[in-house]
Amino acid sequence: MDTIAVVGASLAGLSAARALRAAGFEGRLIVIGDEKHDPYDRPPLSKDFLAGRQEVADLSLSIPSDADLKLEWRLGECATGLRARDGGYLIELADAEPVACDGVVIATGARARQLPTAAGSGPLRGVHTLRTLDDALALRAALVPSARLVVVGGGFIGAEIASTAMELGVHVTLVEVAPTALAGPLGEELGAVFAALHVTRGVEVLTGVPVASLVPGDDPDGAAGDGGADKVVGVWLADGRELPADVVLVGIGSIPNTEWLAGSGVVGAGPNGELSAGVAITEGGATNLPGVVATGDCAATHSRFAGRVVRYEHWTNALQHPALAAATLLGLPAPRQSATAGVPYFWSDQYGLRLQFAGHYHQGDVVEIVEGDVSTHNFVAVYRREGRPVAVLGIGQPKVFGRWRKQLATDNAL
Amino acid sequence: MIKVCAVADLPEGEAVRVDLEVPIAVFNVAGDYYAIDDTCTHQDASLADGYLEDDCTVECPLHASCFDLRTGEPTGLPAKEPVRTHSVMVEDGVIFVVPRQG
Repeated sequence: MDTIAVVGASLAGLSAARALRAAGFEGRLIVIGDEKHDPYDRPPLSKDFLAGRQEVADLSLSIPSDADLKLEWRLGECATGLRARDGGYLIELADAEPVACDGVVIATGARARQLPTAAGSGPLRGVHTLRTLDDALALRAALVPSARLVVVGGGFIGAEIASTAMELGVHVTLVEVAPTALAGPLGEELGAVFAALHVTRGVEVLTGVPVASLVPGDDPDGAAGDGGADKVVGVWLADGRELPADVVLVGIGSIPNTEWLAGSGVVGAGPNGELSAGVAITEGGATNLPGVVATGDCAATHSRFAGRVVRYEHWTNALQHPALAAATLLGLPAPRQSATAGVPYFWSDQYGLRLQFAGHYHQGDVVEIVEGDVSTHNFVAVYRREGRPVAVLGIGQPKVFGRWRKQLATDNAL
Repeated sequence: MIKVCAVADLPEGEAVRVDLEVPIAVFNVAGDYYAIDDTCTHQDASLADGYLEDDCTVECPLHASCFDLRTGEPTGLPAKEPVRTHSVMVEDGVIFVVPRQG
């Protein structure tokens, strides 16, 4: 293999490039990314960066030794297609000549899902999603004290932004269609603990009600007499309520960036091979095409914790899995991974509390508090399925949590 | 020189935190002792709570940064700055640490 193209220049792509070099690949290594920014860390975008405690330079994922990797950066270029050619591949780009290579790492990640807009109208100003640095800069500028923020979607991104916005003196209303915020990833019982925390801190939490549509209006700061109702001024709920809003944050999940692979022959993880469910990979990152691997948020594989094919979007997966994908691409044995690699893991910081979660929650899993006390927000909870631990959640208990997380890795070792 | 604990209280593969002004973590790797700053340079987390790996590194329990216990250097993102290392001494079955100054 002489030339490898890594498509995607965020954590997974950068980690793949580093891993390829660490594994001894000495050929050309081209990293293509559609954002103009050097690789940066996304988790702080909803937390310290949004709160103004971190600046752009703090987000950098680059280290001085990266210069030794001899990467050919193609930032600000969007991949639009993958085609087989001469026993290798061509990566087609939106505004540049295609890149020829004989190995491909697909690491194009995912983007924020948007609310549908009314036919014939564009997106309203004041409506935000949060995925990129540019998104975060725009949202940070909008979250001025006393602004009215409506968060649509009570998942982690919405919950973290609600927490940060409260800190910034913003009035926050959180709308979640399910009966309990965060019940999807954490289950009803422990999701409710966090929902209650938001209420205690002053967030108005509205659950069990879908959003009907966004309310357009005139921008009071816009040019006088422009007559356009292109700014969001509120959110209509399905039960008829109208929530006034200066800013709306939509946190309703993500869509894998896989459209560019249409017609490439790469098979998706949907029931009929749809790429909308992510790129189907083996545990080692192999796709159905030779010389093409995928990793990070755009890839889906069977999870023994979930008992089904899942597209995990966890930061640690994007950090650690690329080393497996790199080895697969180079035909090398899987490298040594950390003791807990392979166990889905994520964290969340809200209101100064640090939540850690490992494993996978299924509806019906039985929760047991094994340490501490839920009411003090300092505890470890274990989720069991047919008596067997499948997940663990901890707040303020890193040591006990860590033992359970390692136990999950051991119990579920193949 | 600060007393950490008795040798018997720090079995192989385990770590203990010494609560000083700048906390120090002491590790027992197959009978060898290593001491580094306890707080991860990436974000506030205790490395004594982390995972000790076979290659003499510790993985931060929060965001998976890895540090070499011998040098304090990070061996993997997200940490980019090293932790300080400190000398460890064993005398009469007791482990002591000598905090590095500055």
